[in-house]
Amino acid sequence: MSAEARPRGAAPLALTLLVILAALLPLALSDYRTFQVTLALVYAIAILGLNILTGYNGQFSLGHGAFYAIGAYTAAIMMSEWQIGYYWTLPVAGLVCFCAGFLFGFPALRLEGLYLALATFALAVATPQILKSDHLAPLTGGVQGIVILKPNPPFGLPLSQDQWLYEFTLAVAIVLFVGAWNLLRGRSGRAIKAIRDNPIAAEAMGINKALYKTLTFGVSAFYTGVAGALGAIVIQFVAPDSFTVFLSITLLVGVVVGGLASIPGAIFGGLFVQFIPNVAEQISKAAPWAIYGVFLIAFMYVMPYGVWGLLRALHERIERVRRRRSA
Amino acid sequence: MDLFLQQFLSGVAIGGIYALVALAVVMIYQASDHFNFAQGEMAMFSTYVAWSLIAAGLPYWQAFLATILISFAGAVALERIVIRPVEHAPVLNQVIVFIGLLVIFNALAGWLFDYTIKPFPSPFPEQPLFGNPYIGAHELGVIGVTLALLALVFAFLRLTPIGLAMRAAAQNPDSARLVGIRVGWMLALGWGLAAAIGAMAGIMLAPIVFLEPNMMIGTLLYGFAGALLGGIDSPAGAVVGGFLVGVLENLVGAYVPFVGTDLKLTVALALIMLVLLLRPNGLFGRRIVRRV
Repeated sequence: MSAEARPRGAAPLALTLLVILAALLPLALSDYRTFQVTLALVYAIAILGLNILTGYNGQFSLGHGAFYAIGAYTAAIMMSEWQIGYYWTLPVAGLVCFCAGFLFGFPALRLEGLYLALATFALAVATPQILKSDHLAPLTGGVQGIVILKPNPPFGLPLSQDQWLYEFTLAVAIVLFVGAWNLLRGRSGRAIKAIRDNPIAAEAMGINKALYKTLTFGVSAFYTGVAGALGAIVIQFVAPDSFTVFLSITLLVGVVVGGLASIPGAIFGGLFVQFIPNVAEQISKAAPWAIYGVFLIAFMYVMPYGVWGLLRALHERIERVRRRRSA
Repeated sequence: MDLFLQQFLSGVAIGGIYALVALAVVMIYQASDHFNFAQGEMAMFSTYVAWSLIAAGLPYWQAFLATILISFAGAVALERIVIRPVEHAPVLNQVIVFIGLLVIFNALAGWLFDYTIKPFPSPFPEQPLFGNPYIGAHELGVIGVTLALLALVFAFLRLTPIGLAMRAAAQNPDSARLVGIRVGWMLALGWGLAAAIGAMAGIMLAPIVFLEPNMMIGTLLYGFAGALLGGIDSPAGAVVGGFLVGVLENLVGAYVPFVGTDLKLTVALALIMLVLLLRPNGLFGRRIVRRV
């Protein structure tokens, strides 16, 4: 479980190169492809949020689509109703979701494992109906949803709108991923993981379980909410039927495929849930979901720690062989 | 008063369907401590099986029986092949497998039968029985079918040797194994029964809401709410809970203007949260004391 081993030697250099390559990626892609990669990044952030909660803290959520929806609607309402700049919507969406997640964390304290899964499942199923409700319609636009405008690049940068949004999303993603890495490798990260591995021992060590669990729920919702806001800005549209229980399941698929309790895994997860449906939809409209389902089950049988877990296991094996040779 | 009676009775009818789903959920929970998140989608798929049998020209009640047998056999196979390998896996892995099944059945139904909504026949006459103004014949039929089925299930569990073995396997697997009960197969049998009960719920529901791949997701939520309200480890409680939830849903929808028809699922969500927080063992469930 040392996904967050300290980068040594060549690792920081490789990471920097990777970031530079990622920033240059739109030069090689059409606007449409850039848009797709942007969405993959958005999913990666949301998946990271869910992974902090489920992978690291051991609290299930089958309802993170609800927080994604809150983030998306916060951004859309701020931009279309109140004419606020898109960059301001992210912290606000994050904060709103942090509060929502923190509050949801309190009842979640009393629900262990399976029951929490059930409660969040119920939340996910009820979300579209709540968004459509007449009481919220003046704000949410009811069934119609809200259309927002794509922002232009600032300072007269020679970028297309899609390219600018990609760079913007990439920057936000880097900040959030580094933030998660910092959070999880330190004292609080150890507390979060200790609660997952052995709640009673963790409490005996003096960890305030209730505080950490609710805060983790809040942080997780924060990440997913920021992703929701970014998603709304990128797609330029929010409507209740985009936030069904299947969105929550999509995020879960991303976590499982990328790897439970791994930060880089979230990126694999994001790419997977963005691009596999594109390929599979050529077979049938239902094919992406059939594939998701098969992957969910197959991963649980064969590689429960996902792609990143597999890579790590391979890496360890190679290292062991090499050490044996040199010894 | 007329409106109240109408709402109450249609609540009882829809509650019968919830009771069936709740019973199916409880059968699996009791035997193996799983919430079968795929229960609704399995029922929906069974309903499609019934629809294609009827479309192929089979008379209604024959298609009904055949569907139940197919669902039973299918679910037994499913338990043996898909669920068994994760029987002792961590809870998270089990939940993910169930979600995987949910997604697969949903996609399969969309793939094989298309996403367009289909009308589904009802075996009951269109005119209300005995000229009563309060309840349609199909709804009355649903109540009848539910009650008959419940009687059958209880008779099976209470009066037959296999029923006794199933209850033993659920209550104390180790001791049951010692007296020669094949616990694994009892689990599979429970899955089969749950799927058969779910199939009936789907077939009864389809004439009311039309047949489409997402028709059972909301119903499953009400089924869960009913099961929790009644007590998740008590089949009789689940049935009572299901009826209660159906009546409650209809009355709240009709008489609380804030909720109306467009927040009905939120009622289920609130109900689930409230029961879990305030009375986790439900109305009739046993309190479970666990040693740490």
